[in-house]
Amino acid sequence: MWGLNLPIVLALAAIGGVLAWRRAHTLVWLLYTGGALWAFFRFGFAVPIPQSVATIYLGITGLALVCYASSSRERLAETVQPIQRLILEPRYRLALAGLLVALPALAAYNAYVDLTMPLEAPGFGREIHPPPPTELTVHDETIDMATAENPYLHYKHDDPELYGKHVENGRRVYYENCFWCHGDGMGGDGMFAHGLNPVPSNFNDVGTLPALQSSFVHWRIAKGGPGMPAGGTPWDSAMPAWEKFLTTEEMWDVNLFIYDFNGFEPRALGQH
Amino acid sequence: MTRNRILFGIGVLAFISVIVTVRLGGFLVDNEYRQPDRQVAAQEEQGEAELTPRQQGIVDEQAADEAEARARPYEEAEYRAVPFVGSRVTVWVLAQLHLLFAAFVLAVPLFAFIIEFVGYVKKEERYNKLAYEFTKLLSVSFSMTATFGAFLTFGLIILYPKFTNYLMHIFSPTFLPYVLLFFLEALFLYSYYYGWGKFGPKMHLFLGFMLNIVGTAIMFIANAWLTFMMSPGRRDDVDGDGVPDFVSAVSESGALLSLRDAFFNFTWMPINIHRIIANVAFGGSIAAAYAAFRYLQAKTDEEKAHFDWMGYVGNFVAIIAFLPLPFAGYYLAAEIYAFSQTLGIQMMGGTFSWLFVIQAALIGNLFLGANYYLWLGMGRMEGGVHFQKFIKWLLIAIALCFAVWATPRYAISSVSEIAAMGGSSHPQLSYLGQMSAKNTAVNILILSTYMSFLLYRRTGRQSVHPHRQLLTRAQAIVFSSAAALVIFYGVYGYYVDAAIRIRFAIPQVYSVLAALVVITVIDLPLYRNAAQSGETKWGRMPAVSQYALIFIALSFTWLMGLMGYVRSGLRQEWHVYGVILDTSPDAYTPTLGFATQVVSVTVLIFFGLLGVVFWLSSLGGKKDWEPKPVADGRDQLEGGQAT
Repeated sequence: MWGLNLPIVLALAAIGGVLAWRRAHTLVWLLYTGGALWAFFRFGFAVPIPQSVATIYLGITGLALVCYASSSRERLAETVQPIQRLILEPRYRLALAGLLVALPALAAYNAYVDLTMPLEAPGFGREIHPPPPTELTVHDETIDMATAENPYLHYKHDDPELYGKHVENGRRVYYENCFWCHGDGMGGDGMFAHGLNPVPSNFNDVGTLPALQSSFVHWRIAKGGPGMPAGGTPWDSAMPAWEKFLTTEEMWDVNLFIYDFNGFEPRALGQH
Repeated sequence: MTRNRILFGIGVLAFISVIVTVRLGGFLVDNEYRQPDRQVAAQEEQGEAELTPRQQGIVDEQAADEAEARARPYEEAEYRAVPFVGSRVTVWVLAQLHLLFAAFVLAVPLFAFIIEFVGYVKKEERYNKLAYEFTKLLSVSFSMTATFGAFLTFGLIILYPKFTNYLMHIFSPTFLPYVLLFFLEALFLYSYYYGWGKFGPKMHLFLGFMLNIVGTAIMFIANAWLTFMMSPGRRDDVDGDGVPDFVSAVSESGALLSLRDAFFNFTWMPINIHRIIANVAFGGSIAAAYAAFRYLQAKTDEEKAHFDWMGYVGNFVAIIAFLPLPFAGYYLAAEIYAFSQTLGIQMMGGTFSWLFVIQAALIGNLFLGANYYLWLGMGRMEGGVHFQKFIKWLLIAIALCFAVWATPRYAISSVSEIAAMGGSSHPQLSYLGQMSAKNTAVNILILSTYMSFLLYRRTGRQSVHPHRQLLTRAQAIVFSSAAALVIFYGVYGYYVDAAIRIRFAIPQVYSVLAALVVITVIDLPLYRNAAQSGETKWGRMPAVSQYALIFIALSFTWLMGLMGYVRSGLRQEWHVYGVILDTSPDAYTPTLGFATQVVSVTVLIFFGLLGVVFWLSSLGGKKDWEPKPVADGRDQLEGGQAT
């Protein structure tokens, strides 16, 4: 449910419930919260979250817990009191000795785990919005990237029949050329997608097509990976430069089709 | 004691200097060229020897060099290099240091003037003293600003002569007014500082007012220069089609067409607004850091109480200015996007987008630090325990919003993580990386921080207003409604197109601002003449609270450096975007890691220099030096010399 690993989440919630029922001490709550969030970020999702994000979350958690423990003199005194008793009172000497062994052992285990982690090449996240040029020349025709729109988009209101023809042509072009990588449903999961790193763009994503002007999409289709800008090199895109295989009309049609298929509108000029 | 330490330090330095000089001299003597042939060497000493082939070679080389120098025509250099660090990093660091001190010098008079004015209206001397304490920091900082301004100017002239010449071609009519205003600023600043207590209150307030006007005008002129480099033209609907057009201030070759358009360019006003607000937030935090520095040094309860209050006021100023800052930043970013899709995408979706994740982490830290300081501040008041139970819930809200704000849209992942996620974005967490979630998070952060402030304000106080229950409930309803509205638009944003979603930011912002205003308007009469359950004990703060203030100042400074780099670096290979290309060896965009290192080093240098400013400013409060009395009744100098 919701992409969560339910047994883990429920187990953590149950422990929290027991602590609440037992009116646990502040220090116990702090240790539980830190541990439970670590376990949640590590095992709580059906699709594990990347280590980099988990590190950010755990950093915030740690900072917040320290802030809470020291947010007043009384709370700080209450939090450290069990630790002081553990260190000072003779009856806890065995527990203290155990802790003094356990903490370095835990650190050593952590170091061991880090060292034995299999070496892995870093993944290259596909940068979804490379900055476009100010002008684009395709098949000897130059367009201004800031102002250009899909020349057939206005048919949607002016001539729906003609619009439908362009969309149909775009559908043909898409399923002849694009679906191999971008997928039947445009989820970026075509049959070749598993062999590509970074993976092809997912057009279902609400943060992708609607955030872009159609001129931007036209640029990506026409120039592909070889036409990526110099600013963010090295680019690693397998997208072909479709201007070498398709006519300008076909490229605008497929542009129209991917927006139409997903029910999105291109970002308008001047829109933030 | 101090004198002994200084003498000891000088002694150590002198010793090191002697050793270095002797070693250097020895090295030079050891490496001096000597004639291998004793007879030739002897003849040479007597002036009888003919030139050896080596000597002849040297003479010929010198003659050839001279002839070449005479034959070479004069050429203007486009760029000059700085060894090791490079021209760009040199100018970058100098500009950043100049800007940091300038921001401080512009901000402090702004709130010193307001505090002095409050003191004048309320007839309370303590405000006057506090304003003076803030102003003490100005004198040295002003000199630092001017020094780094001169460094930067010479740096530009020496290292980027051709481009500097171009900027002079465009903006030469603005330089003289700038210098004149700078002179006036010095006049008003020093008369404001040295005239404290020497003029009548109205005259002194007038000086403070003029200082602020002149300082702001200076910043507006300098902002025109830098924003021109990013957006060399203005926005206007020239063809009357309702869509704004870009009207370039220069021709394609870079020749000036309109100074007015170059000055009042596309991003000029957004930068002005953003900088004024950010300067106040930054200045408040630095002044609070100074108070923390003095608090930690304080020996008496009176000193502690004074600097505790000063730190509180400085931090209050910083946080009040900080609350609208994300909106001003959003306005600036939106205008950059509207000016150029390329710049906008470069900033938020391209190379620079990762810096915004760092920015989110820093801003989250700022919110957390500010709230933490307020919670600790509740300890100043008797009866502060009552509100402690709310801290847990506020902290949960803040930590959650912080986490949402710091969630990247596309995470740094290993190959196996990407394979497991089916792409660079996590199926669940990627929702938190979008603007809907971010806008919601920052608005809730602002509301939570304001709630912390309200709780702090009420600690140890009991309202005596006849309708206190009704008014408190009204405040709770306003607060909950604003929070509900923000969350509603945040969630609804996922179900609509980007074109509509982006507009949801406006009702979110307005509902939060309206809630802040309405709650404040209710709170003022509600707690007027409130019964105090105990006395506010200024100076009763744990040391960690003062480190929180320094941490906040550090975060602000780092943030300014980082975001300043983003704004400037966006131009990439352009000096003036779309007009003048940067053809120097430094034209490439540095890696994000390198950029953050430069920013970090600059921040460290700034804090080192700030330490000097703090030290010099604190000297005024120290006792005058006096000779040590000796047992036999005669005075004796500390060094042992009898007078």
